[in-house]
Amino acid sequence: MANVPDPMLPQLYRVQRVRREIPDTFTLELEPEEGVEVPPFASGQFNMLYVFGVGEIPISISGDPARRRPLVHTTRAVGTVSKAMRELKPEDVIGVRGPFGSHWPIERAMGKDVVIVAGGIGLAPLRSAMYQIISQREKYGKVVLLYGARTPEDILYRREVEHWRAHFDLEVYVTVDNATGKWRGSVGVVTRLIPRAPFDPLNTVAMICGPEIMMRFTAAELEKRGVATENIFVSMERNMKCAIGQCGHCQYGPHFVCKDGPVFQYSRVQHLLTKWEI
Amino acid sequence: MRTLESILVEHPFFKGLQPQYLQLITGCASNVRFHAGTYMLREGEQASQFYLIRHGKVALEVFAAQHGPITIETIEAGEVLGWSWLFPPYRWHFSARVVEPVRAIALDGICLRTKGEEDHDLGYELMKRVAQIMMERLQATRIQLLDVYGVGA
Repeated sequence: MANVPDPMLPQLYRVQRVRREIPDTFTLELEPEEGVEVPPFASGQFNMLYVFGVGEIPISISGDPARRRPLVHTTRAVGTVSKAMRELKPEDVIGVRGPFGSHWPIERAMGKDVVIVAGGIGLAPLRSAMYQIISQREKYGKVVLLYGARTPEDILYRREVEHWRAHFDLEVYVTVDNATGKWRGSVGVVTRLIPRAPFDPLNTVAMICGPEIMMRFTAAELEKRGVATENIFVSMERNMKCAIGQCGHCQYGPHFVCKDGPVFQYSRVQHLLTKWEI
Repeated sequence: MRTLESILVEHPFFKGLQPQYLQLITGCASNVRFHAGTYMLREGEQASQFYLIRHGKVALEVFAAQHGPITIETIEAGEVLGWSWLFPPYRWHFSARVVEPVRAIALDGICLRTKGEEDHDLGYELMKRVAQIMMERLQATRIQLLDVYGVGA
């Protein structure tokens, strides 16, 4: 019988690199300690990262599922744990549990147009999906990335986004909410890009990740354009603790975000998104 | 060579408009081009026309003494620039700077207002279409104001 690791037991990983992305956002590249095998993961899944003596938080995997090492996570330094994480140095050791949760519908989207809509740091979990789709580009129709950031200085993975933009078979549109000076790109919320984007709404799978309010308005705009709610997928964020659906911290209506999500078919959570109590 | 009417009929703003109205509107339309860096309209000036953008990108700007020009939003192909031509005192509230060379159809606002007054069905059609754009831009502005990507948002 295969030796299945205990999902509650962190595995030891060593920090290889901490890359500053934008002022408050960084990427951690981790290598497993000797004897630790990096488990396979799917795009959209998350790991629980443990800074010893400080605490444990869920972070989406933002690396390429076809290339497990180093294990890559991008996050924003906003709380105690993520701020401590930002201060980690190469060779520091942290604990990793996972991967957990559902994934982006990469297979379901085959043969269809794919619309990826990311807001702010929401690009991080969608980058894994981009890698997978680009690696099998011929299996998809049009591939469109719509990315919204706060200002031009807040564009995450800027060089990579520019690289994707140069691909003749990718449609990449970037907009910012506020701009002054030299910015020559689009200004306005990401939802404004949807009517402009070239895709067939009747044959499209859409994947959205960003602040909840942005996802709600984006999904509504996609629906308005004619995309069925069954073909829209969103990545939800809640207070995940155990990550295996036991503790109940991330309960979202009848769902546990850690186990049933974080990626949900929009039609399953649409009615919950407007409930103030949840 | 394509006629103005055939271009108008394909623009999202006039989608589904009855042919007789389209003919009337064509009489108020003309083809225009603007180079990058020029201004299509300026805050405070008389708003006597509006534009259906066919190609290019325009930045709607407002000038703030401490910051210089601030871009509120960009208007791009398939979209409409300007609605102040429809409401007194018919003056632009923002300036529009060409970011990428623009090809557009200019519609004479005074001509359209006159036709709308003469035929209220046409006037109502125009008003509905402009109101739709205003609603969409208002919603977008509301989301923009929420600063959804800010810390703690």
